[in-house]
Amino acid sequence: MNALYARRRFWNFFHFGMAMLVTVIGLVVLLWITWTTLRFGFSALNLQLFRMDTPAPGNPGGLRNAFVGSLLLVGLAVLAGTPLGILAGTFLAEFSQGRRIGGVVRFFNDILLSAPSIVIGLFAYSVVVYPMGHYSGWAGAVALAIIFVPVVLRTTDEMLRLVPGSLREAALALGAPYWTMILRVTYRAAGAGILTGILLALARISGETAPLIFTVLNNQFWSTDLGKPIASLPVAIYQFAMSPYADLQALAWAGALVTVIFILLLSLAARYVLHRSQRS
Amino acid sequence: MLASSSGSPRPSVGDIFFRSLAGFAALFVLLVLFGVAVALLWRSLPAFQHFGWSFLWTGTWDPVRDLFGGWIPIAGTLISSAIALLIAVPLAYGVALFVTSLAPAWLGRPVGSAIELLAAIPSIIYGMWGLFVFAPLFAKAEPWISAHIGTLPYLGVLFRGPPMGIGMLTAGLILAVMVLPFIASIMRDVFAVVPPMLKESAYALGATPWEVQRHVVLAYTRSAVLGGIFLGLGRALGETMAVTFVIGNAHQLSSSLLKPGNSIAALLANEFAEASSPLYQSSLLALGFILFVMTLVILILARLLLWRLETAQGKAGL
Repeated sequence: MNALYARRRFWNFFHFGMAMLVTVIGLVVLLWITWTTLRFGFSALNLQLFRMDTPAPGNPGGLRNAFVGSLLLVGLAVLAGTPLGILAGTFLAEFSQGRRIGGVVRFFNDILLSAPSIVIGLFAYSVVVYPMGHYSGWAGAVALAIIFVPVVLRTTDEMLRLVPGSLREAALALGAPYWTMILRVTYRAAGAGILTGILLALARISGETAPLIFTVLNNQFWSTDLGKPIASLPVAIYQFAMSPYADLQALAWAGALVTVIFILLLSLAARYVLHRSQRS
Repeated sequence: MLASSSGSPRPSVGDIFFRSLAGFAALFVLLVLFGVAVALLWRSLPAFQHFGWSFLWTGTWDPVRDLFGGWIPIAGTLISSAIALLIAVPLAYGVALFVTSLAPAWLGRPVGSAIELLAAIPSIIYGMWGLFVFAPLFAKAEPWISAHIGTLPYLGVLFRGPPMGIGMLTAGLILAVMVLPFIASIMRDVFAVVPPMLKESAYALGATPWEVQRHVVLAYTRSAVLGGIFLGLGRALGETMAVTFVIGNAHQLSSSLLKPGNSIAALLANEFAEASSPLYQSSLLALGFILFVMTLVILILARLLLWRLETAQGKAGL
């Protein structure tokens, strides 16, 4: 009996010891990656980065056109994707009770949410670049929007379903039409949650590289014309990191640092918004 | 909840308008997924018609002579993902176990949040770390691996090769690091939905914490844990940037994991924009379609497995 007890205790300590070890290993590697980005990034960071365009090897330069290009692409995707995602999420949470269509859309949205981004890029190539005959910023914005929408849809759906039914009933009892009730009551109650979804979706598309490589291609020069190839931060990072020149690699790290800081800030903001709304 | 027909006795114009607007938006999501499948299939038809089914198991990739077969990148995708899961799953399980049942709340919660934040870091950063930091270090370790593990019978063949630092094994390792926080946070969420009552009953019978984890928590969440692993697999299969940097982009499939190889996503990232002939481009799109189908199957399985826990649970925030 005592031997059995000792054996059970041993396996208990063994497994939890392994779990602790593994957690430490995992955290060390992940913090190592973050630290590498900070170290290489900060040593390459300067004001030139925001004032000059992407250079040829050996010349001074920055990432100004890439920043602006990324802002345009991401901004467009957010502008197009936000209403679409919120409306579709509203349909699932408010209009599809007890109907099969709700489950079907929810299921396929989850699939689209995890679909490989490079495949989304191929789709944008096939439906925008190929018919137009040339690479363009529009194609990249389309690809990013397709990645953006499922995240917003899902959080909107979840957050709206958390709104208590009594709130809806109170509004309807006062004579509000159903759509007014949604706009004025449930949206307001779930607002923080929906905003969290938008922020997280924004964080997700900010670093996406794969769907941009063969939709917007790249542009070494200043351009805001979305009908043509345009520079973007992830693609610039990719090309410079793959180049054999140390100065371009340094620029890539600076760009990576800006991306990581931007994304971490967005994720923290999303947590803060959600946390504050839950407390009140 | 409420039936959508409630409210005023007859639906107002605003109701009908808003409802159809929302309905169209929801339909749009279905259309996009359907559109992805159709567009990729349509554009890859020339390659499938030209090469037939043998496209799947032919290893030639010769843009000059317009001869293409998908076997090498398909196999590379599967191998690198398998390596990644083999390493990441036990690690993720350990992390989730630590965070949910081992660590005190003041430690478990920040560690869990840190893991979640790290899951948001874009994959290109993982790729750059792999290329600039990990690969040079790994190149130094490779002679040792070749000398010691490479001499083992059977298994040794996988670990013989030139110490280049980049290759199939490096790609698998970087992928493992990348999917680790992803799988760990899913497992953490899954473990958290186990009703405390079940665990307390087992403790009351005298079970050790490990026995509770093994026979109660894992038994309760088995299908969802598998679903989380499949979600991670779906992620690994289609991952582009973390792999492109370190897989070596060589069109070969060698017995050694230390040698460079290729995956579908890496091949697409490298060659698609430069694919000159229509057949070349169609072959790349065909590979994209194959990747899409592979991930689709895996993701559908993953969602079905995760839903089993959700329905058992009523509703969980998965």
